[in-house]
Amino acid sequence: MLRVDRIERGIVLDHIQAGNGLRIFDRLGLRDVSFPVALIMNVRSTKMGRKDMIKISDTLELDLTMLGLLEPNITVTYIDDGNVTRKEAIPLPERVEGLIECKNPRCITTYERHGISVFTLVDRSTSEYECAYCGERARM
Amino acid sequence: MQTRNFINSLDLSPSQYDRLFDLADRINHAPATYAQRCQGKVMASLFYEPSTRTRLSFEAAMLRLGGQILTVADPKTSSAAKGESLADTIRTIAGYADLIVMRHPREGAAQLAGEYSPVPLINGGDGAREHPTQTLTDLFTIRTFLGRLRGLSVGLCGDLRYGRTVHSLIRALARLGDQRFVLISPDELRLPDRVLSSAAALGEGNTFEQTASMDEALTRCDVLYVTRIQKERFFNEEDYIALRDTYVLTAGKMQQAKPEMIVMHPLPRVTEIEANVDDDPRAVYFEQARLGMIVRMALILDLLEGGDDAAG
Ligand SMILES: [Zn+2]
Repeated sequence: MLRVDRIERGIVLDHIQAGNGLRIFDRLGLRDVSFPVALIMNVRSTKMGRKDMIKISDTLELDLTMLGLLEPNITVTYIDDGNVTRKEAIPLPERVEGLIECKNPRCITTYERHGISVFTLVDRSTSEYECAYCGERARM
Repeated sequence: MQTRNFINSLDLSPSQYDRLFDLADRINHAPATYAQRCQGKVMASLFYEPSTRTRLSFEAAMLRLGGQILTVADPKTSSAAKGESLADTIRTIAGYADLIVMRHPREGAAQLAGEYSPVPLINGGDGAREHPTQTLTDLFTIRTFLGRLRGLSVGLCGDLRYGRTVHSLIRALARLGDQRFVLISPDELRLPDRVLSSAAALGEGNTFEQTASMDEALTRCDVLYVTRIQKERFFNEEDYIALRDTYVLTAGKMQQAKPEMIVMHPLPRVTEIEANVDDDPRAVYFEQARLGMIVRMALILDLLEGGDDAAG
């Protein structure tokens, strides 16, 4: 299997659906960072068959809030001094700006170029969001 | 100074409603005291879709406070047609005015405009979503005639499916609690379930009853709120005419109603209330329109200078 160095200090994003890794890599702006990062695609997984992973070295500061929306099954592992310090899932964000498009053709955000979409989570159990402008519901 | 807007009817808390209606009461009883209060202030009315009635009510309100009006004749052709965004139009107009009233066909337009406006902005209606000053008008009318906004039997009649006026009123009253709603409509135009459940969740002690019979329900109401049944809602003319005529309020039916019941209507009225009801003292719909102007005066005053409190 392809080997990527063990991380002494950093973040591992795991259980990304195969094929989705690049999108998340880009969404996090990892093309433009100065610390070492690795995108590993099509890793064998007993749970998922195949999966993608992202390993980020030398930083523990990264805004991952929106990842829950893009990849509900993602797990995040924080490593410091070679040890796992924290392992967590990412819950759906309460407020999402610009990522969800409103499907209501009468909504101002589908028409106004200054209008970026804003959705707020209304029901975590059904993953339902609501347009902050027109009230249209969207299920993730 | 923090800019305040009035975008959704539930933006104000019940106690803010009370304060606003107290101010409206004082204006109603002593209009001369308020005739100069907005001298030197300019209100811009920006109507992206025509609504003469609402626009006149706002403009009359501002004029009666001694303020000035800036009417953007037809913003749809003058700026939007040239490709100007709503956000840009609002920021431009805000430089000329102390207050903006806007009506727009798009849902959520008022909220977006409010986010960009450095001066207070009032939603004069945004598509099918909200028309919050109509709700103010309705509540203030009920309070003026019945002296209370809780523990009422409220009959709502006509098009309960598409009428945003009715939806907002039900929510605002339900939030106060202890109301008995009697929803009178043909099956085709029943109140949508989502409106009913959202209203039910807002307050305690409310009951909701659905019926297709106006005659029977009428006898139990403190308020009868009549709305127009629109032809466009029906596939064929016969259905429309049959239903329309079932939900017409007549002087005969009024004999069955309580002596202190009030009949309200957001206007314009077409055929759903017969002209012979107009002389009944319980028919308050024209007074309702006047009270709408009074309550808009209170709102303008509140947004421009914090009501009576700030002026000391
Ligand atoms: Zn929307």
